[in-house]
Amino acid sequence: MWENIKDFASTFFVTGDPLIYGADVSIVLTIIAILFVLTKYKKWGWLWREWLTTVDHKRIGIMYLIASLLMLFRGGVDALLMRVQLAFPNVEFLHSDHYNAIFTTHGTIMILFMAMPMMFALFNMVVPLQLGARDVAYPFLNALSFWLFMLGAMLFNLSFVIGGSPDAGWLSYPPLSQNEFSPGPGQNFYIWGIQISGIGSLATGINFIVTILKMRAPGMKLSKMPLFSWSVLSSCIMIIFAFPILTVTLALLFLDRFAGAHFFTMDGGGNPMMYLNLIWMWGHPEVYIVVVPAFGIFSEIVATFSRKKIFGYKSMVWAMMIIAVVSFFTWAHHFFTMGTSASVIAFFAISTMIVGIPTGVKVFNWLFTMYRGRISFKQPMLWTIAFIPCFVIGGATGVMLAVAPADYQYHNSYFLVAHFHQVLIGGVVFGYLAGIYYWWPKLFGFKLDEKLGKWGFWFWNIGFYVCFMPQYALGFMGMTRRYYTYGWDRGWADLNLVSTVGAFMMGIGFIFQVWQIAYSIKHGERDTTGDPWNGRTLEWSIPSPAPFYNFAVVPQVKEMDDWWETKEAKANGTYKEQPAKLEPIHMPKNSGIPFIMANFWFLVGFGFTFGWVWMAVIGFIGVFACMWARSFQYDTDYYVPVEEVRRTEASLGRVV
Amino acid sequence: MSGGKMLRHIQFWILAVLGTVLLTGCGSEYLVLNPKGPVAETQYNLIIISTILVAVIIVPVIALTAFIVYRYRDTPGNKASYKPEWAHSTTLEVIWWIIPIVIVALLGYFTVRDVYVLKENPNKEVAPMTIQVTALDWKWMFTYPEQNIATVNHLEIPAGVPIRFQVSADAPMNSFWVPELGGQIYAMAGMATELYLQADEPGTFAGFSSNFSGEGFAKMQFDVVAKPKDEFDKWVKEVKGTTPAMTKADYEELRKPGVTDKFTYSAFPEGMFEEIVAKYGHGHDMDYVMEKMPAPAGDKSSSETSLNTQHKTESHNMPGMNHSSMNH
Repeated sequence: MWENIKDFASTFFVTGDPLIYGADVSIVLTIIAILFVLTKYKKWGWLWREWLTTVDHKRIGIMYLIASLLMLFRGGVDALLMRVQLAFPNVEFLHSDHYNAIFTTHGTIMILFMAMPMMFALFNMVVPLQLGARDVAYPFLNALSFWLFMLGAMLFNLSFVIGGSPDAGWLSYPPLSQNEFSPGPGQNFYIWGIQISGIGSLATGINFIVTILKMRAPGMKLSKMPLFSWSVLSSCIMIIFAFPILTVTLALLFLDRFAGAHFFTMDGGGNPMMYLNLIWMWGHPEVYIVVVPAFGIFSEIVATFSRKKIFGYKSMVWAMMIIAVVSFFTWAHHFFTMGTSASVIAFFAISTMIVGIPTGVKVFNWLFTMYRGRISFKQPMLWTIAFIPCFVIGGATGVMLAVAPADYQYHNSYFLVAHFHQVLIGGVVFGYLAGIYYWWPKLFGFKLDEKLGKWGFWFWNIGFYVCFMPQYALGFMGMTRRYYTYGWDRGWADLNLVSTVGAFMMGIGFIFQVWQIAYSIKHGERDTTGDPWNGRTLEWSIPSPAPFYNFAVVPQVKEMDDWWETKEAKANGTYKEQPAKLEPIHMPKNSGIPFIMANFWFLVGFGFTFGWVWMAVIGFIGVFACMWARSFQYDTDYYVPVEEVRRTEASLGRVV
Repeated sequence: MSGGKMLRHIQFWILAVLGTVLLTGCGSEYLVLNPKGPVAETQYNLIIISTILVAVIIVPVIALTAFIVYRYRDTPGNKASYKPEWAHSTTLEVIWWIIPIVIVALLGYFTVRDVYVLKENPNKEVAPMTIQVTALDWKWMFTYPEQNIATVNHLEIPAGVPIRFQVSADAPMNSFWVPELGGQIYAMAGMATELYLQADEPGTFAGFSSNFSGEGFAKMQFDVVAKPKDEFDKWVKEVKGTTPAMTKADYEELRKPGVTDKFTYSAFPEGMFEEIVAKYGHGHDMDYVMEKMPAPAGDKSSSETSLNTQHKTESHNMPGMNHSSMNH
């Protein structure tokens, strides 16, 4: 009996590595600390009522933000471990298995559990406010999306200490990810962690398309909609076409592993290349899904901090919509070296280069928004300015990679690694950080400290170039990605060491940002005006932090940049005050079902991961019970009385 | 010292160090930039052309960014013009839609041209020699059908002769890459991809796998030794005379996961590469493999020698597939 338990424990828990024991201890201590604080200060009820059951898009946005910052930390630690291992030739810090697990989780976490939630955080924090709406189209679904993401991410992260991490690369190519070459639960964690959170992402895509098309304030035609909302629309269109492919692909891979099917195996009629096609039909649009909202953020910030209208609004919209379409015709450039026919390669090479055209147009438009403006270097604008050269270089190396015959030399080398980090860090991370700095006061009611922020900014930026420029050179030297070690004879040592130094500088930058947030909670400049940056769009017309119903009176939109025009009219004395009449506000009620249902999905995933069908069945029963319960819930909304609206507005310093 | 000033100092020194490190390069360790054969040469030229074309965009844009950011900064007394309502100019926008279109068109022309060029024998005057490459769990096996010899983790080729590599795998996907001789091709089970490479001069060139395939992937490196034709022939003779022949059992041992040393074999089971491809093949590329396979050297053996593996071979009847040609 005792032997059986010991046997089980040694396969169930990951053992034999001091790093992992360290993680075990810190996880247990953190959980104990959280439980202790919640109990001591009697916060359990508060946690449940205010956060776990909330359907308020702003709170969901905040939860997404916290989760993504935690995942940025985890993915960042993975990156540093890798860079330590590669700092010198023949280092024996990580064993090959461990290294493979770490680069796999680094990639997966950064794209799916860091970039995606940070993007959803910004969608949730901003879009309804920008549109003059009181919530998203489907608030309950929105909460469900978040909890599916969260529990999927937790399931994936659990693999680190239980069962073992996936180690077949962030896209898990079969046959390597099949049972034959990857036995054990690692790949199952990958499949179910992504599957569960992916369903949430798909739902978010649908939710925000409907929100943007149906919930805009009266008078806001699509042609007057702020560019960030346009970028969200473009991104969500890609989500609803791309994510179903991911869902199906992972389901087929799971059937291969769990039920002995042969979709992607080497034998039995399976074809691994089919998986590559499918995963990249999702995977390539995915990178545009995360980068296009950053374009929207830059457009808002450039206009605001140059005190000037955005240049070439129509071109900007067209550029984003063209990217949304063309992104679906580029996937095969990920396997130019598969030996397919020249015509296929030529087609995908050209279609990949075409993406560079609208992107280039956007860069010029941003530049000419600054031209004849007045640029102030607040944190959001700093990140935007830093983004331009970084992304231009990254985009250029992307075009170089699209030159297929040259790609035969870059393919899977460090040149590629440097390229995609440059567009993903220089585009996505810089963009989202700019957005977070920009909209932070609207959500939290205070600004983030400028001085600490600038330290963070410079460490990130300089660190970035120190880390990734040498990697382009390493690519030319023949170093390929995913090597866990190399010898002195290759001449790769110096550049790898420089790269590692750069990675640590970026880590220091992140620490400054964490410090900045902690410091600003107490000492940050409070925003009493609701319009700290002299903004242009509707979200700046309401108090900070935004009240739970957003707008006491739904605004009537006449112009593009309506809030800016209103301020101008007021300054000129041409503003006609509309008599505002308060009415009871229709709001959705909180619900615990999304949280509970996502937990049942977690059970499903965990059960299948270990092949415990009974547990998965319990999970499915729970999921259906939740759906059942929700179907018969009729009392899902309420009205906020006029008196309460008046009181809330007064407490925020507004008279209505 | 203020924070900003100090950071600028740090920035200067880092850029200085970085610049030095990068500029010491362009020596022989930059394999991709030191082409030693016509294929790598074509690709090197494309790399240079594309770098120049993208630099045409990058350099002005970065300069323009620096200029605009400086010129229109929000400081008291800045006399630059300020036009908050100026947000449209058809002329300007047409210009910057056209610039990238022209650049992409140019790049597209060179790309398409060379995509087709690289599918062909790079040296029309010399008949190509065929070498078959099989990626195994974490080693490379090379079989020479014309010479009927085999090597592992080690490749010898005649200089000045185009080599037609046929690449497949009996393991997860890998990629066969010798940067100094030219770009790579995937090694995939059930398919035989084709890649022409040629070394213009004798020398030793580093070869890699660039597609992750599991635990021993980092050790999947090999050297390509190019020799003058007569020395190559001498080497073949030497191999014939001094090394053992590979048996099916040897192969089964080789394909087990693990990292191994270099091996050389004076012969290999006839039609082995074709069988490795066919084992997982179910239509893909089979026509291609069968059509283009050179006549195997060595004695004709019956189909009884087919590999004894745990994988079940299943062939589907795909249109246009000629099963009869598989039985040598």
